Amino acid sequence: MNVVNSTLVSVRNLRKYFPVKRGILFNRQTKFVKAVDDVSFDIYQGETLGLVGETGCGKSTTGRTILHLYKPTSGEVLFNNVDLTDLPETELRNMRQRMQMIFQDPYASLNPRMTVGSIISAPLDVHTEDSRKEKRDRVQELLKIVGLNPDFVNRYPHEFSGGQRQRIGIARALAVNPDLIICDEPISSLDVSIQAQVVNLLEELQEKLGLTYLFIAHDLSMVRHISDRMAVMYLGKIVELADRNEIYLRPLHPYTRALMSAVPIPDPDKASRTERILLKGDIPSPINPPKGCNFNTRCPMATDICFIEEPDYRELAPKHYVACHHAKAS
Amino acid sequence: MEALLKLNRLQTRFHTEDGIVQAVNGISYTMKKGEVLGVVGESGCGKSVHALSIMRLIQIPPGEIADGEIWFEGRNLLDLDEKEMRQIRGHDIAMVFQDPMTSLNPVYTVGFQIVEVLKLHKNMTEKEGKVRAIQLLDLVGIPDAKKRIDNYPHQFSGGMRQRAMIAMALSCEPKLLIADEPTTALDVTIQAQIVDLVIKLQEEMGMAVMWITHDLGIVAEMAQTINVMYAGFIIERGTAHDIFKRTLHPYTIGLLGSLPTIDEAPGTKLISIPGLPPDLVDLPQGCPFYARCVYREDHCYLNRPSLEEVEDGHQVACWRWDEILPEGAK
Repeated sequence: MNVVNSTLVSVRNLRKYFPVKRGILFNRQTKFVKAVDDVSFDIYQGETLGLVGETGCGKSTTGRTILHLYKPTSGEVLFNNVDLTDLPETELRNMRQRMQMIFQDPYASLNPRMTVGSIISAPLDVHTEDSRKEKRDRVQELLKIVGLNPDFVNRYPHEFSGGQRQRIGIARALAVNPDLIICDEPISSLDVSIQAQVVNLLEELQEKLGLTYLFIAHDLSMVRHISDRMAVMYLGKIVELADRNEIYLRPLHPYTRALMSAVPIPDPDKASRTERILLKGDIPSPINPPKGCNFNTRCPMATDICFIEEPDYRELAPKHYVACHHAKAS
Repeated sequence: MEALLKLNRLQTRFHTEDGIVQAVNGISYTMKKGEVLGVVGESGCGKSVHALSIMRLIQIPPGEIADGEIWFEGRNLLDLDEKEMRQIRGHDIAMVFQDPMTSLNPVYTVGFQIVEVLKLHKNMTEKEGKVRAIQLLDLVGIPDAKKRIDNYPHQFSGGMRQRAMIAMALSCEPKLLIADEPTTALDVTIQAQIVDLVIKLQEEMGMAVMWITHDLGIVAEMAQTINVMYAGFIIERGTAHDIFKRTLHPYTIGLLGSLPTIDEAPGTKLISIPGLPPDLVDLPQGCPFYARCVYREDHCYLNRPSLEEVEDGHQVACWRWDEILPEGAK
């Protein structure tokens, strides 16, 4: 995980609003779910950027909008300095060869009626002119890379366990030699001992193939383990972004602090519930987020200004970005 | 302290088309009054099935409690008829399930469902029940309980539904609360709220709590005693300190190694357990962990180790625990 500081992906003021439709006849669009609301960040070549947040904070939508699986409402996504937002469909498809995705649910993301061989070679059918034999060899090579038996090509997904299916998903993502892989909660449906297997595999592949990851998850300790830098999302916005150690040792946003302290520590000597910052209540609806700072309904530090003015997302310490009125660089 | 619950060689299996699934394989342990017991293990290790067996909620057929005794306050629950059992369920032993969405009835108000329990077990009138239900919702931290009592489950958020479930479980002041992965479907900040709530109530009411989870972090901070389960067996049992600081079973060591710690050094590799848990239809004749164990020898393949007390209160089912101890002790 050597971070070379050249930017691979640059996300600028990205917004994705989903319309909420009311009525049968006229389908009036009355409101919008602001799933991603003005998000900006860079992903450097060869790094792993972790994206954490709770259910409904927009982390998966951010990942999908970067790939243009959803058309952004506004904003730019620069991939190697090419703006994806105004590329025509055919060129976008060519660009997709360089960015792939691994999905959360290994049961839903593999077609049960396709063999493992045809699942993994599907991206090759779209993006390459390889002969049948070349594809077959490539599939077997990929199966070996992800730690599966190459003789499995003719089997169907139901013959595999969750962890093995996730390996098939990884092999499919690797098929076209991408630069960037967006991992959308790749381990959250797996058991603990299997999670470690998949995380180790992802790390090995990154070292071997020089991949760049955007690793989306809600499991903070796992994200911290795999990431070089971490971004924390809340209600469609990034509230804090910094180096993995920086954000752990010096979290500046009260939400990051609460999130960190909520993670149970598997060590009875360190685990103490007394030091925990308990947040009140639930996440507000993204259809009607609170005015001002959107964390103000749950924030233990909120003052008058937080209810009036939205805090700027700014670089408070070197390479440490935060959006909070009360955050101070120590 | 006095024993509250005593399991003796409990064995539960399911008759399926593929053969007999041996879900729980002769487990024995004692739970004291007011004790917090953590039951940890991965999917399919029998942790939920063993709890459902205690509640006699296993569907027969295809299920079958093949052998064993479940002693609760001097009575063997397996000898009771359905009518007697119904008086224990909810009244003496209450259970909270993983998915609060499916365990509340969507067509009745939350209040109605709590009052129903009170009328049945406490012979309360509608009016008394309602007063008590409001107190209970208040106790579990539902704001504005007086109004909320007339809401339907869909008007509650996930965290609030789980609180309502806990209110219902506590309504008869049970002696034992079985919580089966109550926070798995919730976000970490909400999970922290629920854990905090249950422990506070446990301390106030002096009830015993059995917390079933796959998350070692949660049990580290709340449980006095921990049962680690694998393939339907308890493979290690002891205090939180025993399990986390003097780990004896290779599986427990593997599980702990699979977890990233929040303060680990960059570049630390996770120690994953190779392979998969055994097929419960076709259990190996020797140690169930044999195929994945790094300490295995021929003896383990042929003979199944039983759970033995090797230190004061610390039990393990492994032939080679004394060679492992120096590594497990940290």
